[in-house]
Amino acid sequence: MFSMELLLDAVVLGVLLGCFYAAVSLGLSVSFGLLDVPHVAHPAFLVMASYGVFFLNDRFDIDPLLAGLFITPLLFLFGLAAYRLYYETFEKRGSDAGVRGIAFFFGIAFIVEVLIILQFGVDQRSVTASYIGKAWRIGDMRIPIRMLVAFAVASAMTILLALYLSRTFMGRAIRAVAQDQEALRLMGANPVRIKQWAFGIATAVLGIAGALLIIVAPVDPMLGRAYIGRTFCVVVMAGLGSMTGTLVAAIILGVAETIVLTLFGASWAPAISFAMLLGVLAIRPQGLFGRRS
Amino acid sequence: MSRASIRFWIGATVFLVAIALMTQVIDNEYPFFAGYVILQFIVLAVAWSILGGYAGYVNFGTSAFFGLGVYTAVFLSKATGAPLAVQIAAAAIVGALLGFAVGLVTLRMQGIYFSIATIALTIIIETTVTNWRFVGGAAGIQMQRPPVMPPFHSYVQMLFFVQALLVVLAVTIARYTQISWMGRGLQALKDDELAAECTGVPTLRLKVLACVISGALMCAAGAPAAMYLQYADPSSAFNLNYSVSVLAMSLIGGTAHWVGPVLGAILLGTTQQLLAVTISSEANVLVLGVMLVLFVVAAPEGLIGLIRRIGRNRAGGRT
Repeated sequence: MFSMELLLDAVVLGVLLGCFYAAVSLGLSVSFGLLDVPHVAHPAFLVMASYGVFFLNDRFDIDPLLAGLFITPLLFLFGLAAYRLYYETFEKRGSDAGVRGIAFFFGIAFIVEVLIILQFGVDQRSVTASYIGKAWRIGDMRIPIRMLVAFAVASAMTILLALYLSRTFMGRAIRAVAQDQEALRLMGANPVRIKQWAFGIATAVLGIAGALLIIVAPVDPMLGRAYIGRTFCVVVMAGLGSMTGTLVAAIILGVAETIVLTLFGASWAPAISFAMLLGVLAIRPQGLFGRRS
Repeated sequence: MSRASIRFWIGATVFLVAIALMTQVIDNEYPFFAGYVILQFIVLAVAWSILGGYAGYVNFGTSAFFGLGVYTAVFLSKATGAPLAVQIAAAAIVGALLGFAVGLVTLRMQGIYFSIATIALTIIIETTVTNWRFVGGAAGIQMQRPPVMPPFHSYVQMLFFVQALLVVLAVTIARYTQISWMGRGLQALKDDELAAECTGVPTLRLKVLACVISGALMCAAGAPAAMYLQYADPSSAFNLNYSVSVLAMSLIGGTAHWVGPVLGAILLGTTQQLLAVTISSEANVLVLGVMLVLFVVAAPEGLIGLIRRIGRNRAGGRT
């Protein structure tokens, strides 16, 4: 039942899937990895972006990726507002955001979930585009084109974001604020504005990520819950805030998921990411590419 | 026994007597049906705050413990036909073991890592149960209620009374934890874990102990749910809504005192029951989310904090 061909199949599909997971985790890698915001609502925002893409595609027949690009500025503003609210309520008071910060984001996630249900219903939604539903055959292997699209776009996104963080002034400022906020303040820069900007970026990249999410498979309002495990698994395994790490960790997760899927069946799939996450947290909490002890 | 303790025990007795009278006087099934859910949430919220409130560890695995309690009962009644009391006791033991395991695995995790780890645990257990054919797998399983025991007239009434007993048990344990050396240790651990460790508070042992107690109570609270619904399936038994509801109830009530989660559970539980009947279950979740955010932002100490602040203002006005 198990053969080399099957394994090869699983690995190839797993790598493609992994790149897609990297794309949906990038935002969290910035917001949680670099800014230390316990952003549990990230997957809910992701699903919300997917519904935005669905709306534009369904109503105006816009290509999903283009639609993702359209909603990116809106998401950026939304991210700015969300961070402002979080900052004013928690970080500014200097109180430990701990319990309440997490509760806050869970509350937000639930509100987003219900608003989606009230607006779009609980049914699964999908988008239409010329490349969805077709496949590319190499010998016996069948690779869905939508996975290739996700792979290409996700890789481009990761590279662009990594370049942004390492080459531009603002990107370097974001990494600086992650390292030592106090030092930044002493240099005369305003760490809060930089963090707000970074959180905006982290939310903005969800536009394209949300488009990919709904291209790869149909979405439903509760989908975010499954992605809590995947995104946090990737970000924690990567070592907080490392973009290259995010890509590598996401590919490991993707390959692991497809292999388990082939061997044991789809019903075990939801547990993989969470089990890996638990393992990483218990054994190597600083991740594969940890930035600090 | 101190004055406060005497008052507490009188209160508990009055509560139980009132519940027992209710089951004898009221014929209509609905109050018990709705009341059961509220009582169940009181147990869960009180149990949650032993770890989440006193120690400040946000356990997001309430649904893991609750669901495991449900499935312990399902397994026992299917495999051996054990009576309800045995199911609950077994669930408490299973919950304690799981709590112990959680405590060990998450020993060094703090803040959001602990929360995420507990969510992870929930999903892993849920997936395992989903793949376990004997207890029904993903499709769920029908439960047959045994005949009801006198003096109760219906099974729901009996479950209602059983859950009320669990409420008293949970509150007693939570109260003891709060006022004993454990409560002080957990409080110290919450304020500054490192400092507590340095001054000789056995932080790790306390944390594991809190996990065990809290887990046993949550699991026990879940055990009667299978008979209550006459049905169990993994996706509703392990639903994250339990985790968020219980978290919201504890934070809304306030976690510094055992009364907080009780108040929060009564307030939010009643609201939820009313909303689910009058509007829809979606409105229910929306209100849950909005109230959680509102309280976390505007009233960080919860209802207890608000009440204390009002009391302080009055006192301040008089002097």
